[in-house]
Amino acid sequence: MNTAIVMSAADWLTLLEHFVTLSLLAVGGAITTAPDMHRFLVDKVHWLTDEQFNASIALAQAAPGPNILFVAVMGWHIGLNAGLGAGGGWVTPLLMCLGVCITMLGIMVPSSVLTYTATRWAHQHRNHVGIRAFKAGMSPIVIGLLLSTAWILGTTPNQPAIHWPLYIASIIATLLVWRTRIHMLWLIMAGALLGGLGWL
Amino acid sequence: MPETLPLECPRSKTDLFVSFTLLALQGFGGVLAIVQRELVEKKRWMTREQFLEEWAVAQIMPGPNVINLALMIGDRHFGLAGALVGVAGMLTAPLFVVLFLAWAFGTVSDAQWAQGALRGMGAVAAGLIAGTGLKLISALKSNPMRLPACVALGLGSFTGVALLRLPLVWVLLVTGCLGTGWAWLQLARQARQARQTQQDQESST
Repeated sequence: MNTAIVMSAADWLTLLEHFVTLSLLAVGGAITTAPDMHRFLVDKVHWLTDEQFNASIALAQAAPGPNILFVAVMGWHIGLNAGLGAGGGWVTPLLMCLGVCITMLGIMVPSSVLTYTATRWAHQHRNHVGIRAFKAGMSPIVIGLLLSTAWILGTTPNQPAIHWPLYIASIIATLLVWRTRIHMLWLIMAGALLGGLGWL
Repeated sequence: MPETLPLECPRSKTDLFVSFTLLALQGFGGVLAIVQRELVEKKRWMTREQFLEEWAVAQIMPGPNVINLALMIGDRHFGLAGALVGVAGMLTAPLFVVLFLAWAFGTVSDAQWAQGALRGMGAVAAGLIAGTGLKLISALKSNPMRLPACVALGLGSFTGVALLRLPLVWVLLVTGCLGTGWAWLQLARQARQARQTQQDQESST
């Protein structure tokens, strides 16, 4: 599933530039810019294979931590491919680290600087009626968006005849989190176990 | 709910870093669900209402929203250094875990059980997020817009994003403007009423 590529210094800079641009467009999380990453990295410059792209997202979803880390896994795969193109050996791990650093810095720094500045300003003016109205007005929408994310994730396996056990698992997890204080790690482990045994 | 107890705050930057690291390592399929439970219910660094409000801001800014939240909380307690520490705590350990998993999965990715486990975890992760959303509904009780408007806005954004799959930016622009505008009117009305009762009390004494 890997492919050998040759990356020049200018190519690495282009990679950085791509993620810097996407960073400021990523309203609602970096995952909303994934289609554009696919267009560029897979279809246009061929630095990633389709399999690597999909695996990057699925792995970050399954791993603990913020979903944004799918970007790091993409950088890691690009470095791996570049390492193969450079003849492999000790260069490969170095290029993989370079890939992780470039993609993560690119996607993180611009949006974080903007958020830092804007939220400071909002906090200083938190008693202004406009800021209070914004926060109160957005609260129910945030709940709607949470339920939307759950809906989109839960209905990705889209063949009810085969996938109904997955839907049941999602609903049970929903009820347990809503109504009890059971630790979420147990639920995730139960899902992994049942799935691994082929029951889901 | 222990919501009547006083709020606490992180003791030091180390506490912040360790708390966010532990939090991030427990968050499968996204950290949001666990963030709400840990920060609001266990550590009591913020109330449900505050969480919803901060989350709204973190959500509207570009970038990963849970990172934005870590940045805001860190900044609130320890300034710029706190913001950096918060983000570092959220990212460092999980980064190593996910890269380790990428390497390990590369060796078993064709196995049936590995794909099944990935699917099962995905289904549960969806449930965790849905349960968190349902739980936060109780925080809307103190919202100045009152229930019918809140339900309409929540359902509206759900329909737009989940069912019609419209671009998030447009859904947020429309529902966000409606919500902010309506909340503004209600807050202004409350302020007017408060002034009115104050005047009445003053004139009666």
